Amino acid sequence: MRSLIRYLIKNYAFLLFLLLEIVSFILLFNFGRYQKVQYFNSANRITASVYRGFNSVVNYFELTKINRELADENALLKSQIQLKKNSEVASLSNVSRFFVGDTTYKYIPVRVINNSVNKVFNYITLDKGWKQGIKPDQGIVSPNGIVGVVISVSNSYSLGLSVLNQRWSVSVKLKKNGYFGSLSWRGNDYRIANLMEIPFHVELAHGDTVVTSGYSSIFPEGILVGTIQSFSKPQGENYYNIQVRLSTDFKALSFVDVIENMNKKEIKKLENVNQDGTTNN
Amino acid sequence: MGQQIIKYFVMFVTLILIQVLVLNQVQFSGYVNPYLYILFILLLPLNTPRYSVLLLAFVLGLSIDIFSNSLGIHSAATVLIAFIRPFVIRSISNREEDRSDYPGLRQNGFRWFLYYTAIMVIVHHTFLFYVEVFTFVNFWTTLSRVLLSSLFSIFVIVLSQYLIFRE
Repeated sequence: MRSLIRYLIKNYAFLLFLLLEIVSFILLFNFGRYQKVQYFNSANRITASVYRGFNSVVNYFELTKINRELADENALLKSQIQLKKNSEVASLSNVSRFFVGDTTYKYIPVRVINNSVNKVFNYITLDKGWKQGIKPDQGIVSPNGIVGVVISVSNSYSLGLSVLNQRWSVSVKLKKNGYFGSLSWRGNDYRIANLMEIPFHVELAHGDTVVTSGYSSIFPEGILVGTIQSFSKPQGENYYNIQVRLSTDFKALSFVDVIENMNKKEIKKLENVNQDGTTNN
Repeated sequence: MGQQIIKYFVMFVTLILIQVLVLNQVQFSGYVNPYLYILFILLLPLNTPRYSVLLLAFVLGLSIDIFSNSLGIHSAATVLIAFIRPFVIRSISNREEDRSDYPGLRQNGFRWFLYYTAIMVIVHHTFLFYVEVFTFVNFWTTLSRVLLSSLFSIFVIVLSQYLIFRE
């Protein structure tokens, strides 16, 4: 017994080392669970305010570029409004009235205060939180396309998964024929993601546009994701192997929008009722 | 002693800030990410009790993890190099030499410091990158990331010895 204690004291460094490694790996493997705990990620008060302070300095030097992007987006929106107005005049006025007041999706402008592209699991930190109406499972989009989804929210900050995260995939479809699949990222290149579950009989071409499907309540339908860069038919499988060039430049994210689906609760409720119904049968 | 603690505390905070605000944002071609923060572990005095080196390494790694949303990865890698540090130092040092207590470049010479840094950085990065991907599937891709990032880290750490952490 005494020799055991002596042995332990003599090797305490090794035991402490083992203990700390075990704690680290427990944290690592349970991160999915801790992700939602705001103290353990970059959306907590201290880390986020460090990022925000630094970001406001850096942003200052990018103002010209940001201004240009905003102006471009404004121009695009204006032209869309014009198009819509024109079509309203053309169509029956009492039909279009139903769509004018459509407020299913609300956009909240936020600033990206931290972002990475070179890890296996990339995250983005945003400078708004509960107080400004951000909640988990809301989509994040940039003027150029989808960015990710909010997973953890603190009082004034929030943390999102970006498309460049192997723990996440998003439901997308081909714009030209509506076939849908899921988009996920395999690592390595921050400009390329993989589109799966598109069967062989679908006609594909380089440059085909990929947009969100709207099947999940996170994103509205038709938000730009990217274009098809290359595709192949792997042998012995039923689905294409498609590389999609992402339209969002993840290296240059500054201002993005968080999308709130006003009907999400209702949709979830309906889906749950349905599921309960089928299990009871 | 108190002065030492303050000095290391300032260094701790500075290194974390440089790491998360500057170096983590430097992303050459999505492959290379230098990790300067382990310099803190490298420069702890040699007579620091082993338990405090290990605990400090854990806290340092965890801080980096919280900033970069990679809970457990950096803490595991940093604790590992904290543990092997005495063995590395013993293996590259000449026994008869009168060693200084501070493992800096000035005190021990360029060659010694380069070996020391290279071994620690390569062990740290290898562990870090393979634990991060958690697979040997893309073995060579990961290895190239390890080597490129290691080169960069070693360069930055050695350079830092000439610029700031002179003493």
